[in-house]
Amino acid sequence: MEILFYIFAGLAVIAALSVVLQRTPVYSALSLIVVLASLAVIYLLLDAPFIAMVQVIVYAGAIMVLFVLVIMLLNAGHEGPSQHRAKFARWVGPPLLVAFLAEVAILIWKQFGLTGTANAAALDASPAAIGRVLFRGYVLPFELTAILILVAVLGAVVLAKKQF
Amino acid sequence: MTMSSSTEFLLIESVIKIAVIMFVLLTAIAYLTWLERKVIGHIQARWGPYRVGPHGLLQPLADGLKFMFKEDIAPLEADGPLYWLAPFLAFLMAFLSIAVIPFGESFTLAGHRIALQITDLNVGLLFIFAVTSLGVYSVALAGWSSNSKYPLLGGLRSSAQMISYEISLTLGVIGVVMIAGTLSLREIVNQQAGLWAHSGVLSLLPRWNLFLQPVGFLVYFIAAIAETNRIPFDLPESETELVAGFHTEYSSFKFAIFFMSEYANMITVAAVATLLFFGGWLGPVFGPAPLRVILPVFWFTLKVFCFLFFYIWVRGTLPRFRYDQLMAFGWKVLLPVGLLNIPLTSAVVAWMHYSGGFRLPGSG
Repeated sequence: MEILFYIFAGLAVIAALSVVLQRTPVYSALSLIVVLASLAVIYLLLDAPFIAMVQVIVYAGAIMVLFVLVIMLLNAGHEGPSQHRAKFARWVGPPLLVAFLAEVAILIWKQFGLTGTANAAALDASPAAIGRVLFRGYVLPFELTAILILVAVLGAVVLAKKQF
Repeated sequence: MTMSSSTEFLLIESVIKIAVIMFVLLTAIAYLTWLERKVIGHIQARWGPYRVGPHGLLQPLADGLKFMFKEDIAPLEADGPLYWLAPFLAFLMAFLSIAVIPFGESFTLAGHRIALQITDLNVGLLFIFAVTSLGVYSVALAGWSSNSKYPLLGGLRSSAQMISYEISLTLGVIGVVMIAGTLSLREIVNQQAGLWAHSGVLSLLPRWNLFLQPVGFLVYFIAAIAETNRIPFDLPESETELVAGFHTEYSSFKFAIFFMSEYANMITVAAVATLLFFGGWLGPVFGPAPLRVILPVFWFTLKVFCFLFFYIWVRGTLPRFRYDQLMAFGWKVLLPVGLLNIPLTSAVVAWMHYSGGFRLPGSG
């Protein structure tokens, strides 16, 4: 099982780098799908099959399809090296990134140590348990999110519609 | 029994099951193409394939050989890796979903319990939807990477179509999931065992979910036809306007792979419809032990076959939709009907739950 984790964690990291480094937008989008799918496998290894499946259905199967569709519609081809990159960003960006990553690493190290384990068995990740939590403890945030999404959908329809 | 020998046995069992299922599936796909040509032929008062073998029974074999020996032509301007990836992605996604489909009761052989299913996932239904939702990529990528106008238009059309109808596909089965209270396919089938009553007219009807969810079934079934790009929803490859849609530029074996994936997808959606609405492998079982194992598999196959026949029948009967009709139907008819079905079902399920009167399959 552990070897599976290393394979898919490595795949996720490589694919994530590929998202940034690819020059063709379609390849970037596809790399992002590989990242999301690898994360789904890691959820599966953590005994959370429901989260894993929802991850694939929502992110890889719905959101990324729209990304790919838009890229195809625009027919965005190969991109050359960026012409308008701020010098400021080049000098400040990498150190800031390193500082941020170091901070995250230190926090995790302090919390769990180098060989810490999360107790996955203590959490019930079955669809029924998630449903109970979502519709009892968090029913108000859940419904508010639903209304927010509905408003966004209606807004998109209004914006896309040319005349009434 | 030690731990290692049981793990070993599981591994061997899985490999054998996968090999057998792949063989059966590939044969079924081959003969589904034969059946389709035969049935369409008879619907149109023709004979269909008749030359290769008796009643054209060797036609699939001849077709396969022909596909293999045809020259593989790729467009010069095609995007190499993605052009290759697309058909294999289609194949992978089509066959992956078969892994969670149960097709019979489990039985005991030499002290080992063998389930007639490659793997029993407790979120099996979600797994199928996850894999189906990834199937869109093969079509979209095939259309884009061919770098040609007809495949691009076909790819765009079918991506839009598959996303639109996927929502209805999911909405159609939510009613069944609510009644069953589980996402495990084996569990859902087991809950449909028995008859509706011990006497009277109802005793003739099996406890299939179809009778509880007729609307859900219709929504699922129509959406499934669209999802597999079959007539009357075969806009992605409507030959009268788009040559052959997303696979226009594919030839030889890569085309064969697209073709096989389409038929594998047909079998998958038919199998899911059978499991969710028609009681899966349940049916009259009698006789000695071996027959008790074989009969459920036979019932399952028979039900799936009926669905596949219906698919072909529809193809021989209905004309193709126009694209705007397709979208309007998906979003303005199928989606609202599927949505309405959910509060209705949940109200009834909640009422049953609290009144404790009439028992639903999942409540016992």
